[in-house]
Amino acid sequence: MSLNRTLWLVATLLAAVWMAAAGYAIFFVAPDESTMHLIQRIFYIHVASAWTAGVAFFVVALAGVLYLIKRDPRYDWAGIAGAETALAFTTVVLVTGPIWAKPIWGIWWTWDPRLTSTFVLWLMYIAYLLIRTLVDDQQRRAVLCAVYGIFAFADVPLVFMAIRWWRGQHPSPVIAGAQPGSGLDPTMKAVLFFTWGATLILYAVLMRQRYRLEALRGEIDMLRQRAEDSEVAPASTRSDGGGSRPLVASKG
Amino acid sequence: MATPLESVRDERLPSSSSTSFPSSTSSSSRLFPGAWAIFAKEVRTELRTRELLVTTAVFTLVVVFMFSFSFDPTSAESRRFGPGLLWIAFLFAGTLMLEPSFLREQANDTLAALRLAPIDPYAILLGKTLANFLFLIITEALLLPVFSVFYNVSLLPALPGLALVCVLGTLGIVVPGTIFSAVTAHARMRELLLPLLLLPVLAPILIAATESTAALLSESPEWPAVGLKLLAGADIIFLTVAYFLFEALLEE
Repeated sequence: MSLNRTLWLVATLLAAVWMAAAGYAIFFVAPDESTMHLIQRIFYIHVASAWTAGVAFFVVALAGVLYLIKRDPRYDWAGIAGAETALAFTTVVLVTGPIWAKPIWGIWWTWDPRLTSTFVLWLMYIAYLLIRTLVDDQQRRAVLCAVYGIFAFADVPLVFMAIRWWRGQHPSPVIAGAQPGSGLDPTMKAVLFFTWGATLILYAVLMRQRYRLEALRGEIDMLRQRAEDSEVAPASTRSDGGGSRPLVASKG
Repeated sequence: MATPLESVRDERLPSSSSTSFPSSTSSSSRLFPGAWAIFAKEVRTELRTRELLVTTAVFTLVVVFMFSFSFDPTSAESRRFGPGLLWIAFLFAGTLMLEPSFLREQANDTLAALRLAPIDPYAILLGKTLANFLFLIITEALLLPVFSVFYNVSLLPALPGLALVCVLGTLGIVVPGTIFSAVTAHARMRELLLPLLLLPVLAPILIAATESTAALLSESPEWPAVGLKLLAGADIIFLTVAYFLFEALLEE
């Protein structure tokens, strides 16, 4: 426990220091972009957050699959922790994007494949988090969240494809899948990956914290449930000490 | 004449001791009779109550009329906005219609009976999906001529393509819709939750169906090869995800 706690403290500190260092690198290490100048520096936070949101998005879907296979509430907790952090990073992407787009494109928003699929993804996370408040039964909620996380994961590439066929304006990739002739200055690339590291560790810290909160909530729910059960039925009829979950949920 | 449901019940006697959980090979042979029984039950319920189809058809009519108030469309404009209007109406109709699909089973707790029946669990999904598909297709078939008359858009030359788009698009709506209807049946505010979950997931269907319909109805009609491919691809992905998820859902 205490080792765990120390590790977590170290990670939190590291996230803070790394984030600050990334801020320094973005403004003082990265070279000036020849046409966009200062506003281009938002690119590092924007892209790093988008990649981290992508990682978080994958974690949510993976947690959903694992939950449905193993039915272990820990995967449900990981799912909610992942979704909430992913929502935070997606929000950063959606806020920094228009700030860059207004001076460069002249408009805040356009219904481009990436923008639209990010926006749809953001809506799905909000829906995912709403499920948490609207379904009371812990198991049903976990199943619904898992199903939704998986569907969302399968769906976002489709949204992206659908819009790419008909409209597109977002800048082309400069890292993976870059066209010949396009690309990123080595220092810029280094700063980008450095910033990505900062957002990733921030993500890990946030995710861990949120997971812990959810685990504590789950524990409280379980204790409360057990207290209620023991009020209704004498201790001898309790099946297994409340440790394992029932295979079939009770009907309300 | 024995109704399909009764014949299914009769088959149950010899094997009533075996559990009806998925992947028991003996039940897989009953997929189609089981699905047919559930499909027939849904259709029979609908024919007796007539609430779903009438409500949804009137609702889509209202949407079409409200559209004319907000846009005052001339014929050329209807060609441009009409496809979007049609698919928005179908999407809303679908979410309205799908909500009672599993809710109906709750009133008398008949879902438990369905689960206990010695049929392949996929029969429930298949039967429900087919019934929802039929209802939505009927609504579309009712609305299309009305739309054609009121907005002065001739549908006849594009009819084969339009039918194909409708079939693929409707399949894409009802497959995730039926799954979500099953998992949200126990949520609070499910009337709001279902559209909230479903509509973002259906974004690719809406885009591809709208673009395909627009291509078919334009002044110089084209065969919407890309749109149809995307619809078919989305259908396959949704069906695959639904196939893997439903087994997990029924244990719940």
